[in-house]
Amino acid sequence: MDWVPLIITGIKVFFFTFVVILPLIAYSTYAERRVCAIMQDRVGPNRVGIPLTLLGFKKDLSFFGLLQPLADGLKGLFKQDLTPGHVRKSFYWMAPALTAIPAFITVCVIPFGSNVNLFGHDVKLVIADIGAGPLFVFAIASLSVYGITLAGWSSNSKYPFFGGVRSCAQMISYEISLGLSIIPVLMVFGKLNLTDIVTHQSEKGWLLLPLWNEHGSIFSGDYWAHCGPQWLLLLPLGISFIVFTTSIFAETNRMPFDLPECETELVGGYHTEYSSMKFALFFMGEYAAMIVGSAVIVTIFFGGWSLGFGLDSALLQTGEGAWKWFAGFIHLGVFLAKTIGFIIFFIWVRWTVPRLRYDQLMKLGWVVFFELALFNIFIAALIIAAPHIGPLLTLFVGVPILLALAAIMYFITKSVESKHKVNIT
Amino acid sequence: MEGLFFYAFSGFAVIGALALVAFKNPVSSAMSMVASFLGLAALFISLNAYFVGIIQILVYAGAIMVLFVFIIMLLDLKAEERKTKYNPLFLVGGVFIPLVFLIQLCGILPHVPNAEPEPLHLKESARYFYDQEKEASKEEQSEIHKSLSKGDLPDVNLIGLTMFGHKGDNETIKTPGYNFPLQIVGVLLLVATVGVVALSLRKKTTGEPEPGDPDSRPEP
Repeated sequence: MDWVPLIITGIKVFFFTFVVILPLIAYSTYAERRVCAIMQDRVGPNRVGIPLTLLGFKKDLSFFGLLQPLADGLKGLFKQDLTPGHVRKSFYWMAPALTAIPAFITVCVIPFGSNVNLFGHDVKLVIADIGAGPLFVFAIASLSVYGITLAGWSSNSKYPFFGGVRSCAQMISYEISLGLSIIPVLMVFGKLNLTDIVTHQSEKGWLLLPLWNEHGSIFSGDYWAHCGPQWLLLLPLGISFIVFTTSIFAETNRMPFDLPECETELVGGYHTEYSSMKFALFFMGEYAAMIVGSAVIVTIFFGGWSLGFGLDSALLQTGEGAWKWFAGFIHLGVFLAKTIGFIIFFIWVRWTVPRLRYDQLMKLGWVVFFELALFNIFIAALIIAAPHIGPLLTLFVGVPILLALAAIMYFITKSVESKHKVNIT
Repeated sequence: MEGLFFYAFSGFAVIGALALVAFKNPVSSAMSMVASFLGLAALFISLNAYFVGIIQILVYAGAIMVLFVFIIMLLDLKAEERKTKYNPLFLVGGVFIPLVFLIQLCGILPHVPNAEPEPLHLKESARYFYDQEKEASKEEQSEIHKSLSKGDLPDVNLIGLTMFGHKGDNETIKTPGYNFPLQIVGVLLLVATVGVVALSLRKKTTGEPEPGDPDSRPEP
């Protein structure tokens, strides 16, 4: 039996979860508080540092409050862990773990970078390079709904139960548009392996930024002779991106869609009855899901770890097309930079957009996004399958027909629905 | 190593299935069914059938069972947790169905080779695909050929090829494809969905509003 691959995989699992994702979670909570403080013209947590005054020095070192996550973690561990008497004990204890574990498992198919050559071993910077990457992420992420639902149910109390039921319905609804919105993307790539998807994008242009392909960039080379329907595809892929990103927001229960923990209606939502580290686990699960969500968005739509603009092959590849030994590290840095950018975007949206009402949320999912994603598949299929009819004909005949169909569907739904409208006065 | 994982995950699946029957509480039963599905999915994945395993999790554990749990929670089935009255028919069913299963098992077990499975001949199949493609004088290599020659099993692409076939002038592999039956099954599911909606949609009575109807709320 060969132990080397096993040991390498073990090291990768340790590195990506404990050195990359867990600090990212900790510092996203810090970033959340600092960014929201900036947006609300406050200071935010800027004090926690090394308490040198305890050791007799004159001044503390505050480091802009960068040690705040550490203090929060310690607080979570040392707080009293109160289990209320009226809960269903076994599920009450399982629920936080069931929220956090799936979010961490999905990390294993994210390609963090290309290859690194260390001590003669060519190491891929992805834990499991399986042939059904995005599906694996969706499958495991769909399990995290159990944690929230069971937390609400096992708390045996009214408001947490509402939160659990809400999150259950919400996550099922948005999984549909999540799955449908990604189909045009998969039709463009023709493969499901995330590493291959990223390699494809590094050669032929990022999905939402097709400024170069293997024949040069838009300014040089015979790019225009080989670009095919790359620019025309931006229409369905843009719709895909919008639907996918919004569905990720809903799946991770982030702000415009955080109805399960809506403080104004449900006290604290599904985690009302939880305290100390169990509560912190819900928090960690949410942030881990957010990080994995941004990593998936970056991987699929923004070229993952690739530098882009043809720089990958120019700077980091040897003559035979193999990666140089340090290429993986640069790619890891690029990937983390892009992911952190998207985390900031998530935080920004949270503190900008007000919360939806629950019926608005359901209508958005089922009436708007579901149909948009469905017709988007047909637009993408039209562009890919019939390149001979030309971009003009596609744009001015095919797309309007599909959009008209979508509009008819929308109005049918509206007219059926308006009969049952509840009059709230 | 694979054997160890096989026993671990099949044990997981079997314990889940037993717990599903044994638990009185419907939510506990549903959750043990999820555990059983996860064990099954792990078994599929250990057989190199990543796609089937992942779809098992995505569809059964992630969507269907979530709906089950949702409905069970909403209905709050207290009656199920009480002890049921003994019925001799239970015993008959409990003996008869396992007996049928046991006979089937005895029929299959003698033919099981009970040996280590051979490793997949990926390189040979890559060569096979290569020959076929050369015959069809196709310029571009197919995804299947590319990943087979890299030593990966392209199970997603192979399932796609088997399901939808490959027709046209420059076909690579001649498979009939199940495109039409697949569409028909899809329509069948749609019919079922429409039927459920039609059956469960309550007609609005003009006279007395039903209790629970949102329109029957007293005006404030």
